[in-house]
Amino acid sequence: MRPGTATSGIERQAAELKFRDPEKARALTDAMEAACEEVGRERISVMHVCGSHEQSIAKYGLRTILPRTLNVIMGPGCPVCVTDMPEVDEAVALALDGVRVATYGDMLQVPGSAMSLAEAEARGGAVDVVYSAAQAGGLAAAHPDEEVVFFASGFETTAVATAAVALRDPPPNFSTLSAHKYIPPVMEIVAEMPDTRVEGYLAAGHAATITGSAIFGAFVERHAIPVVVAGFEPLDVLAGLLKLVEAVRDGEPAVHNMYPRCVTPEGNRNAQERLWRVFEPTGGVWRGIAHVPNGNLRLRDAFAGMDARRRFDIDLERVWGSSPSTLVQACVCGDIMAGIASPVDCELFDRECTPSTPVGACMVSNEGTCKIWHQYGGHPDL
Amino acid sequence: MSVATDTIVTLMHGAGGRAMRRLIEETLADGFPEDGVDGIGLASMDDGAAIRIGEGWLVVTTDSHVIHPYAFPGGDIGRLAVAGTVNDLAMMGATKPLGLTSAVIVEEGFPTAELERVQRSMVGACREAGTTVVTGDTKVMGRGELDGIVINTTGVALADAVVADAGLSPGDAIVVTGTIGDHGIALMAVRHGLDFDADLASDVAPINGLAEAALGVADGAVTAMKDPTRGGLASALHEMAEKAGVGIAVDEAAVPVSDAVRSAAEILGLDPFHIANEGKAVLGVRADAVDAVVGVLRSHPLGAAAAVVGEATAENPGRVILDTGLGRRLVTEPEGEPLPRIC
Repeated sequence: MRPGTATSGIERQAAELKFRDPEKARALTDAMEAACEEVGRERISVMHVCGSHEQSIAKYGLRTILPRTLNVIMGPGCPVCVTDMPEVDEAVALALDGVRVATYGDMLQVPGSAMSLAEAEARGGAVDVVYSAAQAGGLAAAHPDEEVVFFASGFETTAVATAAVALRDPPPNFSTLSAHKYIPPVMEIVAEMPDTRVEGYLAAGHAATITGSAIFGAFVERHAIPVVVAGFEPLDVLAGLLKLVEAVRDGEPAVHNMYPRCVTPEGNRNAQERLWRVFEPTGGVWRGIAHVPNGNLRLRDAFAGMDARRRFDIDLERVWGSSPSTLVQACVCGDIMAGIASPVDCELFDRECTPSTPVGACMVSNEGTCKIWHQYGGHPDL
Repeated sequence: MSVATDTIVTLMHGAGGRAMRRLIEETLADGFPEDGVDGIGLASMDDGAAIRIGEGWLVVTTDSHVIHPYAFPGGDIGRLAVAGTVNDLAMMGATKPLGLTSAVIVEEGFPTAELERVQRSMVGACREAGTTVVTGDTKVMGRGELDGIVINTTGVALADAVVADAGLSPGDAIVVTGTIGDHGIALMAVRHGLDFDADLASDVAPINGLAEAALGVADGAVTAMKDPTRGGLASALHEMAEKAGVGIAVDEAAVPVSDAVRSAAEILGLDPFHIANEGKAVLGVRADAVDAVVGVLRSHPLGAAAAVVGEATAENPGRVILDTGLGRRLVTEPEGEPLPRIC
């Protein structure tokens, strides 16, 4: 069936953008099919570490056209999902204590030990959804009589925006509760997990825009597996996966930049300089994964006054008064993010655990594997 | 966890998705005697009720309108209050409303000039819909006891035949009457202070005339009809598929979405399929009548972009499957209010 308005839909966009062209997609999947056959194994497992890659794969239904032997695992690429429960608890405690908490939309439903920020709001806490760090700063300026805390999540890309606000003399009532994470260290952790047999990584193009593609060089040397930097349009993802399969086939571990229209080897020096002027890496727990050395970003001492953790005496006891649901013990989010399990392996998936009643954070964020599979269906057999 | 065991109602229960349906089924619509109701009642969870009177039907629907802000690009709460109820009637096949009631609750401090503006919008929308307000009620509540203004409208109409949500059969074409996502995206842009420098405006309009044109093509040509309000096209298709026990296959390239909505939705990380509409309908149309129905829709000013977007199937009952042009995936219902995402 090909009816409808001639000017609507992805056909028109494909004509403009060329990154959603079904013909080119078929050429790429045919080449991938051939490369997989040349590898000649029953299963080739590669991992991407970005929710936006999973979004693209799921939203455009790409798993239905990938080679059956190619297993594309979503790793710990959702900053919201790896936000640890105590971090949510801190935001909840602040909101319940009368502090105005500003955060990104998908942080609202992330379960804490006792409740999410959305529940804290329903119980009278002041919680604002913001679209940018700058908007959170603006909120503080608009409410000079209130303490405004920006509960900041995201990887190094998003952290740059938080840093920019910190460097621009924010209002005195503004502070940041950082749940920012740094991706390169967790790739090391997952690569070393005995059950995760990842043969190659698809690295997130937007993070690499900041850090540069060269940052993965040391990793490739240490672990001898290829890393391909890829963008997010469907053809970007397919081209990246093809390059990755070819690199696996050729047994030549290297960094390949398949997103050269945005990513350079050295990255955005200006952004890096700001990022590291404000933040420093510190060890922390990524929910469901592990303690990741240097995996969290905290505000440097020079910005202590803007660090909500040092500005407030956050009372977590009150939040810990009620215990987390026993369902949490059955949640396999951690295994999913480590690439050992997929959502359908979880007994809670789409039964007890749905986006309206999430047990694990993977069901909350638009970047989370469970939410994405719930939303778009993960099954290649549709 | 069911709603009944939840301790409090949250905004998610009002967002038009599954959580809301559960709250209604398990709590709000629970326990009313069904005796003596001949026709479509509460249990059908349809757009309204249809009570048999002699050979015909009395169709009744009611809707409370709470919207922030109460004035937005493309309309205001007054226009919405009339269009919402007129459209709910129309979706059941009752396209000639006999009259509406209007109950207005206003917050102390609300400017009377604004009230007059809302009133004028209601009058204008009534004219467009060919109906009027026949009775009403007014209450004022204290400052802070509600957010500005709330309007409830109830509509009644007579119909010879009722079009139910559940009428799809395999082979029926799925038709939408125009671009999707306009209302919700326009509202979200205003609410979140996002300036896209684009023509985003709500599509709010009474579409009883449009529905009448489609229904007039031939008896039984339109098999099911629903207005994709909260929950968007995705929720409407799901309800139609689930209630009829059919699958729905949708061709993404055929679904009309304006450039402005597409761009804004992409920036916000939202799916236009999940975004509310207030002046559109989704129709199931018998295959032999589809050209004629699309033809009359397109010749109506509110249906110029009408398009066939898919087909009801015997396979995949209860599921909505989208062909993206690249691959295939499920369309699921949004859960809760769509929120802009982080990256």
